[in-house]
Amino acid sequence: MNGQTSFVQQAPVQAETSARFPDFHPPLDRQAALPEANRCLFCFDAPCASACPTHIDVPKFIKKIASGNLLGSARTILDANILGASCARACPVEVLCEGACVMHRYNKQPIQIARLQRFAMDSLHASGAPLPFAPAADTGFSVALIGAGPASLACAAELRRRGIRAVLYDARSLPGGLNTYGVAEYKLPLVESLREIEMLAQLGVEFRFETMIDPAALAKLERDHDAVFLGIGLGAIHQLGIAGEPLPGVTNALDLIAGYKSGKLTRVPARVVVVGAGNTAIDAAIASVRLGATDVHIIYRRGEEQMSAFSFEYEHARLEGVKFVWNAQPRRILGGAAVEGIELTRLADSQDGSIVPHPGSEFRLPADLVVLAIGQSSQTEPLAALVQLDRGRIRIDRATGQTSNPKYFSGGDCTNGGREVVDAVADGKRAGIGIAAWLGAPVGKA
Amino acid sequence: MRAFDAGWGGAVWKTIGEPITNVSSRYSSIDWEGRRMMGFNNIELISDRPIEVNLQEMSEVKRRYPQHVVIASLMVESKRDTWHDIVQRAEDAGADGLELNFGCPHGMSERGMGSAVGQVPEYCEQITGWVKEKARTPVIVKLTPNISDIRMPARAAKRAGADGLSAINTINSITGIDLDTFQPNPNVDGKSAHGGYCGPAVKPIALNMVRAVQSDPAGALPLSGIGGIANWRDAAEFILLGCGTVQVCTAAMHYGYRIVEDMQDGLLEWMAEKGFASLEDFRGRSLPTVVDWNQLNLNYQIVARIHEDLCIGCQLCYTACWDGAHQCIHLDRTAPAPDTARTPAMVEAEAARRISTTPIPKLDPGGLGHTNALTPLERIPRVDEHHCVGCNLCSLVCPVEGCITMERVDDGLAPESWAERTAAGALPVAHMRS
Repeated sequence: MNGQTSFVQQAPVQAETSARFPDFHPPLDRQAALPEANRCLFCFDAPCASACPTHIDVPKFIKKIASGNLLGSARTILDANILGASCARACPVEVLCEGACVMHRYNKQPIQIARLQRFAMDSLHASGAPLPFAPAADTGFSVALIGAGPASLACAAELRRRGIRAVLYDARSLPGGLNTYGVAEYKLPLVESLREIEMLAQLGVEFRFETMIDPAALAKLERDHDAVFLGIGLGAIHQLGIAGEPLPGVTNALDLIAGYKSGKLTRVPARVVVVGAGNTAIDAAIASVRLGATDVHIIYRRGEEQMSAFSFEYEHARLEGVKFVWNAQPRRILGGAAVEGIELTRLADSQDGSIVPHPGSEFRLPADLVVLAIGQSSQTEPLAALVQLDRGRIRIDRATGQTSNPKYFSGGDCTNGGREVVDAVADGKRAGIGIAAWLGAPVGKA
Repeated sequence: MRAFDAGWGGAVWKTIGEPITNVSSRYSSIDWEGRRMMGFNNIELISDRPIEVNLQEMSEVKRRYPQHVVIASLMVESKRDTWHDIVQRAEDAGADGLELNFGCPHGMSERGMGSAVGQVPEYCEQITGWVKEKARTPVIVKLTPNISDIRMPARAAKRAGADGLSAINTINSITGIDLDTFQPNPNVDGKSAHGGYCGPAVKPIALNMVRAVQSDPAGALPLSGIGGIANWRDAAEFILLGCGTVQVCTAAMHYGYRIVEDMQDGLLEWMAEKGFASLEDFRGRSLPTVVDWNQLNLNYQIVARIHEDLCIGCQLCYTACWDGAHQCIHLDRTAPAPDTARTPAMVEAEAARRISTTPIPKLDPGGLGHTNALTPLERIPRVDEHHCVGCNLCSLVCPVEGCITMERVDDGLAPESWAERTAAGALPVAHMRS
């Protein structure tokens, strides 16, 4: 831990928050895990492993659960995905491993891969055993990683396992980025993200917290290190650009989620309107319900079928009592000293396929809190002179993570526009291997 | 009596002899992939209650259930008088028949009883003879499987005039060692002894032994089948190999007497479907179809056929054929031409290089519309029928019923067995000796 205090000890855990956000997918116990593990067919070149961005050898870790080799199972997972515990909880497995399971074509119920993966990872954590990998002998190379989110963490693990120094810089006081602050607590509690990173840190990863990297600082890092990994994620959530937006009571989904996860926010008012219908909007809406709201609406410009949230997230939100307002767009936010409501207008399809406001269709929804969840902007603009961008995203070679500037590598949301934790881990992993190869470090890892 | 109430036709009352002292614990089992007691092991001896108590109770049962068959299972010292005495007493108590326990493989065998008798055809013949001198009811000899050739004790029993046989008794076994304590199961104060193995796991062994005895004119007698019978299907199989009755123990210990309901119901349904009015209509019907290997038709050829519409793409057949059979299943359906040189390692290496991402609706237009209902063509293996030897392995590992069928290929050759081929002098002598 490089003399730092434990991340887990620093976790701002609120008992009330934990009680309000119990596991959405409760853990399997041994008696449930074994028959489930035995149900796995042990496919050759398994589709679940191919569907996993980090290519976890799913049948291999599942058969190790079945044989009782739980630490070996966890090692199999971590070898492919150093954030295997987080991914077991946060991954949308319905469209990944479990979605690819051949059981859909057989007896229809896919293997519960995520819960088995969590079972193996929980077993490792409960055993108190250390991370089953050690750093390789020091190569003398050093890499700076900007951002301490999943992409940088995965990259750092690959580097350390090849004897390359890895120094992570992050603006926050705790590591993990969105993995720590942005995943719904009923999927991945903040403390669990920190527990996993604490384990990863056993590889000798160095952290520099509460550090903002501006172009001048980046130039210095470039001089001081042999390579730089950009894992900076996305920027702030977009603004609506309408009247009333600066009113107290207008917030955004990421601030809301980070706020309750870090214990700063324990209640929300009764009436909440969430604008946007992506997965983050769903998370914010469900969080509002859990935090005491009695009347939660999601407003979306288009219809149900165009919504970008996964269908299972949509279902979950409806079960939690979230109401959806389709084909409506905010015109202005109402209120004097604080938010009192939101004025909306109906949208209709025009002949050219775009959607246009339907005149005279204005209506109002009362609200005490308006949460914006209409996508994140990119924050790559200051890098434009350094690396090639593509619609605000850092352009990389997918196989190695290398940018147009050979000394710079990148991965995660800042390169892919905002996907899942597991995609960031996969990017970081490929980039770590790519950096080691580019530096000429030994190919094998410890 | 509760068993008779549940529908059982008879009971073998096990095993009457001079009371013994049992140990604790006594049982252990093999669980298989989450299912319990696929194989069951005991180190229990015969009855630990006095002979007179057993016999009094037997009289009581016969008085209350005169229509039900009660067979007394007997095991005493290998002395003529002792056997005469116990036979007399059991029959006086109302036993409908006697089963001589020459099979119990543990404990009693160390004292010169049980399988110590069954493993020596001469002893088997001698004691059966003593019993027959006295017995007025049918005498059944229970055979041990812990012997090289089960036909030998069967022949001995037949020579001595036994009226029937029962097979098999339990198989010598150690079910497992505890990997934390290094002690075997079942644990008796840190130690264990070999036990007798039974339950579903032993059925194939029992069927083979039943067949061996029933196909041997010198040993065949009315036979009561034993060994892993848990349902009507098992019972039907034993009867097809010539058994007149079957005995069930482990399954009743596992699930209770109630299992007999489906044994009866299912068997009658099946018999009706097949047009059988009684057991005699199908008893032994499969015996002629089990022959020595040298009678099998060498010119019978089958090949595996994978039904693409049922294939789920697990590729278990592929890996089984490559690593366990004849490397004649390939993953080359999307290749321009059949590619039998592509190895499993090459397939895995390609998969490892593939870059996958989470499909996100707003980032991947049309990306989520894909369905997993159909197996992609590249995941459906192809059988190289010219090299397929028809071993069945792929069809056995395939999890989907009917997806891989073994289909006959007409090679235009007349049937010919190894025996016929060698009799015709068509092969060098060296081959015949191998």
